[in-house]
Amino acid sequence: MLLTDFALSLDAGVLLHLRGRNGAGKTSLLEVLAGLRAPLRGQVVRPEAGLHWLGHKNGFNGDLSLIENLQYWCALQQCSAAPIVTSLERLGLARLRYRAARTLSAGQKRRAALARLLIAPRPLWLLDEPLAALDVAGLDDVGGMFDQHLQQGGAVIVTSHQPLPLADGRMRTMELS
Amino acid sequence: MFAVFAAALRRELRLAARHKGDWLLPPLFYLIVVTLFALGGKPNDPQLSAFAPAVLWVGVLLSALLNLDRLFRADFDDGTLEQCFLGAQGAMPVVYAKLIGHWLLGGLPLSLIAAPLALQLDVPATVLPTLLAGLLLGTPMLSLIGGFAAALTVGLPRAAVLLPVLVLPLIGPVVIFGAGAARAAAAGLSAAGPLYLLASLLVAGLCLLPLAATVALRNSFD
Repeated sequence: MLLTDFALSLDAGVLLHLRGRNGAGKTSLLEVLAGLRAPLRGQVVRPEAGLHWLGHKNGFNGDLSLIENLQYWCALQQCSAAPIVTSLERLGLARLRYRAARTLSAGQKRRAALARLLIAPRPLWLLDEPLAALDVAGLDDVGGMFDQHLQQGGAVIVTSHQPLPLADGRMRTMELS
Repeated sequence: MFAVFAAALRRELRLAARHKGDWLLPPLFYLIVVTLFALGGKPNDPQLSAFAPAVLWVGVLLSALLNLDRLFRADFDDGTLEQCFLGAQGAMPVVYAKLIGHWLLGGLPLSLIAAPLALQLDVPATVLPTLLAGLLLGTPMLSLIGGFAAALTVGLPRAAVLLPVLVLPLIGPVVIFGAGAARAAAAGLSAAGPLYLLASLLVAGLCLLPLAATVALRNSFD
């Protein structure tokens, strides 16, 4: 049992930074919120318009190109595949879109996984260590994405051991122990 | 629902086109096993054709098991499976596409090369249609039962060793009726009974096993 008596409600326009030592249950909590795991007790109310889940794993098959991977993801989500190229462009990956995902660096794959957040607009983002392997410019890009998403009335729950690239009153921090 | 199924099936075929060894090796393995069996027996042995249905069936099963453990593993390891479960239609259409893809690239070609291999074992040509019908009805069951077992073991290390032990006993009835149909045809009897039974097993499996596989995959996240 990792967490008991846990209650959380998240308002629009708020980013929640989940912190805690390794093994404190940050990822498990996010998986429960995303619906990948069932909680032992209690309930989770998710926004009707859907959510984005970005786990430790990027969800790219190494033998398919970035664009093939993202097109398949769009088919799974039944959303339009039209914004793929512009989303990749914004994260500086448009040039690499025909390369097999296997040939990309860890940071490039992480950026490509973040591009999903831009392809389909969803009110809630659940991100597990999204900043892993990102460079300084990547942190800025993610900061810009957070800022825009919160301005549009979205919400984010993010786990990270690094300080987040967003420093203002819209950020809450929760420590799991 | 169908759009997701079609996209997943296209992806399976595209991946197969990039990894030709994955689906070319099982037929080659099958060819070698059956040929060695024929070479290992006595020349001109009339018993050979009596054993032929069992050899052809067991050979198909073993060959189709070769690439079974990879069915869900790559998607589990790279995180695609999580995205499938959180997709608009859930993972069920994807599971159907993977199981059908496994048959299209495994059971179907293996069934088709069973016919020339049967001639090598001195099976009369009149038995071939029954043998082929049995294999075409029975090999999808192998993909379905095998897919369910692969889904159950997707989170386990070294599942490749466990899979044959799980799958082969469950596939017993299919072998009994499939090889039984070929034997009945060889004896000049009607093979309709065992073939209908195979067909009914297939219908039941097609309805229930993808559902069971989806539930098993979902449990792998816990």
